[in-house]
Amino acid sequence: MSLAHKGRWITLVALVCVAAVYVRALAFTPVERLQGPAQKIFYLHVPAALWTEAAMILVGLAGTFYLFLKDPRLDRFAEASAEVGTVFATIVLTTGPIWGKPIWGTWWTWDARLTSTLFLFFLYVGYLLVRGAVRDPGLRARYAAVLGICGMCLVPFIHLSVFLFRTLHPQPIILKPSAPSLPSSMLATWLFSLTAFTLLYVGFVTQRYALSLARDAQRGGSPEAGPV
Amino acid sequence: MGELLVQAWTVARKDLVLEFRTRTALISAVVFTALVLTVFNFGRDPTAVPTIDLAPTILWVTFTFAAMLALNRAFQLELENQALEGLLVSPLSRTSLYWGKLIANLVFVAVVEGVGLPLFVLFFDVPVGRVLVPLIGVIALATLGFVAVGTLFSALVIRTRFAELLLVVILLPFLVPPLIGAVQVTARLLGGRPLSESVGYLKLLAAYDIVFVSLASFLFRFTVDE
Amino acid sequence: MLSAEGLRHAFGEGRGQVVALDGVSFDLTSGQALAIFGPNGAGKTTLLKVLAGLIRPQVGSVHVTGGRRAIGWIGHQSHLYEHLTVRENLLFWAALYGVAAARRGPRAAEVLGRLGMAHRADQPVWSLSRGLAQRAAIAKALIHDPSVLLLDEPFTGLDLAAAAELRALLGELRGGGAAGGGRVLVLATHNVDEGVELATDVAFQRRGRFVHFAPRGGRGPAEIAEAYRRAVFDG
Repeated sequence: MSLAHKGRWITLVALVCVAAVYVRALAFTPVERLQGPAQKIFYLHVPAALWTEAAMILVGLAGTFYLFLKDPRLDRFAEASAEVGTVFATIVLTTGPIWGKPIWGTWWTWDARLTSTLFLFFLYVGYLLVRGAVRDPGLRARYAAVLGICGMCLVPFIHLSVFLFRTLHPQPIILKPSAPSLPSSMLATWLFSLTAFTLLYVGFVTQRYALSLARDAQRGGSPEAGPV
Repeated sequence: MGELLVQAWTVARKDLVLEFRTRTALISAVVFTALVLTVFNFGRDPTAVPTIDLAPTILWVTFTFAAMLALNRAFQLELENQALEGLLVSPLSRTSLYWGKLIANLVFVAVVEGVGLPLFVLFFDVPVGRVLVPLIGVIALATLGFVAVGTLFSALVIRTRFAELLLVVILLPFLVPPLIGAVQVTARLLGGRPLSESVGYLKLLAAYDIVFVSLASFLFRFTVDE
Repeated sequence: MLSAEGLRHAFGEGRGQVVALDGVSFDLTSGQALAIFGPNGAGKTTLLKVLAGLIRPQVGSVHVTGGRRAIGWIGHQSHLYEHLTVRENLLFWAALYGVAAARRGPRAAEVLGRLGMAHRADQPVWSLSRGLAQRAAIAKALIHDPSVLLLDEPFTGLDLAAAAELRALLGELRGGGAAGGGRVLVLATHNVDEGVELATDVAFQRRGRFVHFAPRGGRGPAEIAEAYRRAVFDG
């Protein structure tokens, strides 16, 4: 089975899982006492946010290895991960307001998590803009790697700013130093959602990578391939 | 190590001599800072919001804009003089080039801030007297972070299309953590809070500086060569 | 002193790819001057940049005895800061090339004297005429007494007199012959007349390859020009 094909299957499975998560969240998970039914967006919103950050870290790691190994596959992966990260950031930035409106009464709040995802979104856009602004593939891969590594190192600082900056956003109840404080049925739904989003990331990246591979093969070149 | 600093200083000194001799960039940056501060004054209603609440934001937005303007000059200077190729052909290590440009940029931005801060105090009647030293300390910490990353990126964009615009777009996300830290500490200082309340943010600023100065210094060699 | 091995380098990708170097190798020792003739786009500048260490070749390697410190470069860009004086420029570059602090002033004076520019030392570069600015660029290339000189179309924009002066200077710098010693010169140009007399070795570059590479022997400009025309423009 070709890479693109595998990618499509994984994405399909992931989307089914996401739908299943939604069904479970709506029908089978208890309603949260303080926030009501709107809280259920949380099952989509938070895993997407986690993967937005994780995708950036992976872009950075791929970039680090690329600078030393010069393997074009690493650059292709970084490009794919960045585009998928942008998609996930968009999911967060749209589900956030949908969650926020019924609870806080406004569509957009400058709360820390939405703001940090917004800045991750800008990081991704900047990264993709740099890729688009350089014609030579070797140079492009090198510049992208540098920016990706910087972006990866920025993620903990953005996270740190979240913790320091007191905001409207409900305090992170899963990713805080002490144990998660969700009741078990909610936790199960959340973990299921995280798995679904992980699969979705893998599926999207695989498809995008396959697309890059096809495009590079068609053009007959890739970074560091050198004279044919 | 000594050699590195000596060569860095040679580059920095050359930049500073050129900047102070031509003065155009410096004066433009200073005038720009004054203009931004003036615009802020007309953009607010002093009866609705007390100055002291907005002051840290006004100061830091101004400094951020000024720093971004200043950052373009570093490699623009080399391109204008057709000298970048010369620097790359010479035995000058890429790391020394980075540090040289970083030092020159820091001095340049420091001069602009040195004019901007008194203007800020004057225009907005902000009581900085007692907290001047810690305030300067915070300004130094945050500026180092901005300029370290900015110097790296300004080299990265020279071979791209729309370099100046791209520089701003890719740099802004990186300015957020030091900006948050700087604004929060400035607000607390101006509000008369003890320094101990700002420790978390100061640690953020310091950690950011350490991480990004080292990272930028290391990554520079991958950005400046053809 | 200078050796290149199996150099290959291409820009771009796929159908739009430009192969600038396609298997170039040679060795040069002191007293040798290699003149590379080729039309625009043949890859001469890329070759020089690879020799200078500006570009890392995708395939192959370059070795220069003494590294970057031993290389003097004269190319299309002046490498001079317009608002610094000629002397300030020379002192700056001398410092970067590791010339001892005490030696820099005297060395600058020496080079400027040799180029007939001593009285212009304290003029800012922007105020120099084109010819003088070019001479200042040459001074910059020589300030650290390099043992290898890489020249990319150095005669561009020079009038006959200035070109002859430059040729004489380069011949002196190259040295070698019966006296031994001397420097290595690599000169790239699209005009055969300009570089032929200086050269000890001649190469014709076309689409990244050397289609001819041999000592000049006793051949004069007319002979070489004819051989060049045949090698590069026919077939």
